[in-house]
Amino acid sequence: MSQIRLRRLNKSYGTGERALHVLRDVELTIEPGELVSIMGSSGSGKSTLLNVLGMLDDYDSGEYWLGDQLIRALPERLAAQYRSRYIGFVFQAFNLLGFKTAQENVALPLYYQGVARRKRNQLALEYLDRVGLAARAHHLPAELSGGERQRVAIARALISQPKLLLADEPTGALDTHTSYELMDLLDEVNRSGITMVIVTHEPDIAARTQRVIRFKDGRVVPEGDAASHAS
Amino acid sequence: MRADRRRLPWAPARGLARFGLGWLSFAAFEELLATLGRNRLRTLLTGLSVAWGTFMLVLLLGAGKGLENGVAWEFRGDAVNSIWFWTGLTSVPFAGRGPNRDIRFKNEDYGALKRELPGIERLSGRYWMWGEFSVRNGDRRSAFDVIGVHPDERYIEKTLLIAGRYVNVRDIAERRKVAVIGSLVKSTLYGREDPLGKLIEIRGLPYRVVGVFQDEGGEADLRRIYVPITTAQLVYNDPGRIHSLEMTVGDADTAASTVIELEAHRLLAARHQVSLDDRRAMRAQNNLVHYKKIASVITWVNGFVWFVSFGTLLAGMVSVSNIMLISVAERTREMGIRKALGATPFRLVGMVLSEAILITSLAGYAGIVAGVALVEFAGGELANAPFVRQPSVSLTVALEAMALIVCAGALAGFFPALRAARVSPVVAMREGNP
Ligand SMILES: Nc1ncnc2c1ncn2[C@@H]1O[C@H](COP(=O)(O)OP(=O)(O)OP(=O)(O)O)[C@@H](O)[C@H]1O
Ligand SMILES: [Mg+2]
Repeated sequence: MSQIRLRRLNKSYGTGERALHVLRDVELTIEPGELVSIMGSSGSGKSTLLNVLGMLDDYDSGEYWLGDQLIRALPERLAAQYRSRYIGFVFQAFNLLGFKTAQENVALPLYYQGVARRKRNQLALEYLDRVGLAARAHHLPAELSGGERQRVAIARALISQPKLLLADEPTGALDTHTSYELMDLLDEVNRSGITMVIVTHEPDIAARTQRVIRFKDGRVVPEGDAASHAS
Repeated sequence: MRADRRRLPWAPARGLARFGLGWLSFAAFEELLATLGRNRLRTLLTGLSVAWGTFMLVLLLGAGKGLENGVAWEFRGDAVNSIWFWTGLTSVPFAGRGPNRDIRFKNEDYGALKRELPGIERLSGRYWMWGEFSVRNGDRRSAFDVIGVHPDERYIEKTLLIAGRYVNVRDIAERRKVAVIGSLVKSTLYGREDPLGKLIEIRGLPYRVVGVFQDEGGEADLRRIYVPITTAQLVYNDPGRIHSLEMTVGDADTAASTVIELEAHRLLAARHQVSLDDRRAMRAQNNLVHYKKIASVITWVNGFVWFVSFGTLLAGMVSVSNIMLISVAERTREMGIRKALGATPFRLVGMVLSEAILITSLAGYAGIVAGVALVEFAGGELANAPFVRQPSVSLTVALEAMALIVCAGALAGFFPALRAARVSPVVAMREGNP
């Protein structure tokens, strides 16, 4: 069974004359364990798609299947539950809580799963160790470099053992060298069996994924045409 | 997908979290303290406004209570329902008789009041033993006020007997030479000795001590000696003379008391043929009316205190509301992030609410404690100030005020929190930095 299946998925912002049709009849299938990148020009709807996949945002029509579960107009409480169990997020802006240490940030998803503090702090330390930052556990995000912050964010995304990791331009704020290091880390995470969707503007990052999905004006560009759009 | 859903060992929501009440748990409390600790300034500001509110409230209520006690204290010496009559020289001609007539109460006036005015509960005359004389017990001597009274004087003057008895009817009828002495008279003349049954020499004549009394009216009242009024009239060779008449009116209200006062005044004025308006010839003081007047002022003052206190409380509420609104607004992004990490809207609402409640109740408590401390301190400092006495705050009132301000904080936090919790995490995270 596919990990993700989108059928004629549509989403607009606003209503009436001023409605902005962002996702148009999107058809997409991603298999378990795949490492996929999404590329496309600015404003083409990549982030919107990722938010829909992550149940952070709703859609207007079509179908979104996550495994055998149809995700459609979920009550917020249920969406929160699915998110916390199945999905990890990594954002371009890191989105760490500035007043919490690296360790506390990483432990936060477990807090919402009702894990005892001792246990979640211990796990947070393990995951920080996995991204090579155990030594920085008690630092605030402001005291970390961009690459380190993003690795903390990845540890936080992984700690709830998600089946799906969604990353929106995870290297967008990092230099090339740091970006490559981060990709090594994401590669490793993917090899542990986690399905991964990465939105990126950088061809060399996209090149390191197994499949590149091109996005244009809210539509997926068919495979055959992809070559002609590649720069 | 559902089939191969991984059951992490810790994944099933535990304890309260299972019932959607995770925000009530101990873990939630830890999380809350951590968040508060990181936003010290905001926490401090909110706390200060609340503490100030409860502080002022306690202070005002304490002041109100002090004022009330103070007035009660001013009236402590005499029965509040008493009416007093004095006489003097007439100032106007009346019923064909000229001015400057000396008006004097007599035993017959006492008898007439007793006979004709059933509204009078207690009635007594006073005869002041005037002139310079000493009171002595053997070698020890001093000067004291000696007053001839009827038995009812005991209730009108609110005299508290601590030993023996008061002047009684037979003392009056037989003009016995007995004396009831104040506690200061006793300590001056008898020291630790038991004075009951002993002789005391007043103005050269021996009296037998039959009682010792206390009085809340103050030191002057404790330096008194009461003797039967008939005895006093006898030793001054002043038959039937009464210097002043006093009465109480039982539980009559102000209106009934005024009626009794007027009836008594009419009766006495008619008997002595003086004008009711001649205040120099015959004067009345109605303590109940006097007391009620002051009591109504106190009621107004207390109403004002409550009004101001409520205003202070309201200001505290508004300030909590404001700070909670700002707090929620500047944390929309934080909430978006928490949502992306699995927080339900309910838990976010709970987070903001418990923050508001924790800050307000801690700060409110601090304010109350500070207020009570100041009121107690002031109580000590103002021990001898007129019209203020033992300012104090009822604990119930203080706690009610605090409950109110906590509710206000929660209410103020509730709607902004609800709105923030409803916002889509995508939109929330687009705003500002965390
Ligand atoms: N909440 C919103 N309300 C209205 N319009 C929105 C909203 N979010 C996104 N849009 C619009 O939808 C379009 C797609 O936005 P989206 O963020 O998905 O683009 P993107 O492909 O991620 O672009 P970028 O590469 O610059 O991040 C844009 O035109 C954007 O202005
Ligand atoms: Mg984007």
